[in-house]
Amino acid sequence: MEWETVIGLEVHVQLSTHSKLFSGSATKFGAAPNTQANIYDLALPGTLPVLNKAALAMAVRFGVAIGAEISKRSVFDRKNYFYPDLPKGYQVSQLDYPIVGKGSLTVALEDGTEKVIGITRAHMEEDAGKSLHQEFPGMSGIDLNRAGTPLLEIVSEPDIRSAKEAVAYLKKLHAIIRYLDISDGNMAQGSMRCDANVSIRPVGTTEFGNRAEIKNINSFRFVEKAINYEIQRQQGVIEDGGRVVQETRLYDADKNETRSMRSKEVANDYRYFPEPDLLPIVIDDAFIDSIRAELPELPDAKKARFCREYGLSEYDAGVLVSTREMADYYEVVAKQSGDTKLAANWVTVELQGLLNKNNWEINDSPIQADRLATLISRIQDNTISGKLAKTVFETMIEDSAGVDAIIKEKGLQQVTDAGAIEKLVDEVIANNQAQVAQYRAGKEKVFGFFVGQAMKASKGKANPAQLNQLLKEKLK
Amino acid sequence: MIDKTVAELSVALAAGDISSVELTQAYLDRIARYNDDLNAFITVCEESALDQAKAADLARANGDTSPLLGIPLAHKDIFCTKGITTTCGSRMLQNFVSPYDATVVERFSAAGTVMLGKTNMDEFAMGSSNETSFFGPVRNPWDLSRVPGGSSGGSAAAVAADLCAMATGTDTGGSIRQPAAFCGITGFKPSYGRVSRWGMIAFASSLDQAGSLSKSAEDAALMMNVMAGLDSKDSTSVDTEAVDYSATLNDSLEGLRIGIPKQHFAEGLSAEVESAIRTALLEYEKLGAKVKEISLPNNHLSVSAYYVVAPAEASANLSRYDGVRYGYRCENPVDLEDMYKRTRSEGFGDEVKRRIMVGTYALSAGFYDAYYRKAQKIRRLVKNDFTNAFKEVDVVIGPTSPHTAFELGANSDPVAMYLEDIYTIAVNLAGLPAISIPAGSANGLPIGMHIVAGDFEEAKLLNVAHQFQRQTDWHLSKPTTLGMGA
Repeated sequence: MEWETVIGLEVHVQLSTHSKLFSGSATKFGAAPNTQANIYDLALPGTLPVLNKAALAMAVRFGVAIGAEISKRSVFDRKNYFYPDLPKGYQVSQLDYPIVGKGSLTVALEDGTEKVIGITRAHMEEDAGKSLHQEFPGMSGIDLNRAGTPLLEIVSEPDIRSAKEAVAYLKKLHAIIRYLDISDGNMAQGSMRCDANVSIRPVGTTEFGNRAEIKNINSFRFVEKAINYEIQRQQGVIEDGGRVVQETRLYDADKNETRSMRSKEVANDYRYFPEPDLLPIVIDDAFIDSIRAELPELPDAKKARFCREYGLSEYDAGVLVSTREMADYYEVVAKQSGDTKLAANWVTVELQGLLNKNNWEINDSPIQADRLATLISRIQDNTISGKLAKTVFETMIEDSAGVDAIIKEKGLQQVTDAGAIEKLVDEVIANNQAQVAQYRAGKEKVFGFFVGQAMKASKGKANPAQLNQLLKEKLK
Repeated sequence: MIDKTVAELSVALAAGDISSVELTQAYLDRIARYNDDLNAFITVCEESALDQAKAADLARANGDTSPLLGIPLAHKDIFCTKGITTTCGSRMLQNFVSPYDATVVERFSAAGTVMLGKTNMDEFAMGSSNETSFFGPVRNPWDLSRVPGGSSGGSAAAVAADLCAMATGTDTGGSIRQPAAFCGITGFKPSYGRVSRWGMIAFASSLDQAGSLSKSAEDAALMMNVMAGLDSKDSTSVDTEAVDYSATLNDSLEGLRIGIPKQHFAEGLSAEVESAIRTALLEYEKLGAKVKEISLPNNHLSVSAYYVVAPAEASANLSRYDGVRYGYRCENPVDLEDMYKRTRSEGFGDEVKRRIMVGTYALSAGFYDAYYRKAQKIRRLVKNDFTNAFKEVDVVIGPTSPHTAFELGANSDPVAMYLEDIYTIAVNLAGLPAISIPAGSANGLPIGMHIVAGDFEEAKLLNVAHQFQRQTDWHLSKPTTLGMGA
């Protein structure tokens, strides 16, 4: 039987506010345990929450960016359960009236087509703390630094049909939250976490199969692997005559498998009810409009503009806008060098290769945009050849000196002096009479041989256009 | 001097007739002598009280003329007090020393008052007789075999027995007004949101409100001038213009429209209480007020709705007492679940556990609509009753409690105990301000009169109460126990 996969994603994004959702504690990553937890975060008796307006603004910013409905009135609820890293015994979240309603995200698929993935809702909630088990043999430690950190939970419709689509959706979401500057989106540090609801059904049917919820997958690669594993597992279960159980499963990256969490851990009745310590959040059009007015250019708009203004291909533009930093970097290179296409080439090929090789973000690049722009300018003004520019580029990684200084020091300037080139050409012709005879007998392919010899003799520095022209004249 | 009102003490202190240290010492002496009989205080802060009194005297010498400067008060043990044990009447918090002050506490400190100690209360404010306290029941100064009411029973008994000049309390369903009625003093519950809840240990967040227990309405106004006002730390505190609650106390009541809810003068009300309230109303008529009967048709639903909403909120509010971070933890737990179960079984008393279970049940999947959602609907109906009433009248008057203080141990049925608050609970559901003032007595026990005003009409309410106290002297009568009335 042929199967269709149905996936819905719940993504938790940590909002990059300076303080927590309901308290003034700092939210920096990596601080010593319990140094960023105040009396509210510790749930001391008598303490009360006060909403961080910056978190609200970020949530609305996201909603506006994906064209979603923004609730003029939204409500916080208490989600009740006992766990040592949940100090109040309830998590303040939003159930029936989330701040962001229906919206959508358009993702580019590998086959070049686009797909619209529906977003059901996005709501604000507070994060829990962390339980530390390894550090304390026979006991558990609790670190409440993370407790109360603002999260935006973004829930997609079950519109996703493959692991690859899921990753495309996540990458797009990641790009948007980074563009909006509402989260650092760092998956390794847990700033963006993903739960995937996966089910399968026979192709052509419309009813949903029983789904498994895979919890807390912390990289794009693991999302793809976890989903693919899960699809295989569910197919196996059904094809063996079994039934998929609706349950929560945990992805184990080391073993590349998902496994069932004990039902005890998930059989919770959360007893949601409206949080009486907070009034409903009421916002007006003016507030929403002011946020809309401050929205940055988003990836899709930027991509379209890059194609239009800089004459780039869809593909190159798509690569360049994948992060806001990359796009900003490219624009500096393009504008300063004046050659938009060459700039795109260098950024997407050489620079991207460098970043990938070293696992760097663009901000870590030892070659800043203005230096790359100068290098490209030197190709354009014939100071160096494109080939030698790569040598300069390599040097620039280690050497923070100016591009011109490096070219000079290494003696890589292109030879454009007609006399010098003529001398080279004459030597090559004189030393290769046999090939000259072949060429003149009509074997034009030999021409490349002369170019290669002359280039070699110039140590690659001869201006190729001049060289070609002179060779042609002399070989006539 | 210790039997004087705050207003009188304020004058005496300003005139130099007495120092705050002398006054404080006098109260401390009385506490030392009689607290064993009353059990009104859980914690007495002798040393810090005298330090604060000295500071107050010094401030006065330096020109400070704050009205409450140097006045000794007691805080209900539900308010967090920095460096001082804050128990909430529970074993769970028997050893909890708060690292911070409640806003109410902070404001009274800033006003120069002297904190004598922390008063006894029903555990987590759940009770109407002060019998649910882990620290034992408080006794009524009018008759030591009777209850003082609850949950602010310690504060009420302490004020009535002159163990302090004034006290703070909290009122979720009647917890200030009913003990004030039983102890023959003035108990004032402001509108929801008027006084900050920051640092006040939560029972039912949407109903809890801090207020005062004092010897007169005039004193309640002085206390309100300190306690009330917006607090950025409490999102439900209300931003309204500052009010001088003392300024309008003497406004004329000529033409005041008083509503008498027929539902509050029906079955269940004892004859002597009814007679006392009807007599009190005649005083108002003498002052030019017009009395008419009104109806609060949904009043009979309020106790049921309250006992869904309050336990539901309480069930979540009390989840933090899990033995993990502070407070009571059971001995030698074998695992996490054992720690939770035993900590909470041993740390909470029966009434608290009963309400946690009721609240948990009411919020459970499948029951939410039938209980919590329905209770919230009733809450709106109850509020509408008052909104309609206040279209016709300025204040609503009735009895605070159906009867006078009962004997310790007499009310063992929880549901009968819940009905104690039948006249007061609707006010919390509606978020309105209300006051109980002494208005008579029967068999040597005080009777309380309940006055309710519209949202944020505290000044009007205090004016109406104060005018009655100018006309009568019920609020001046004292018990004859504990060396009083000699």
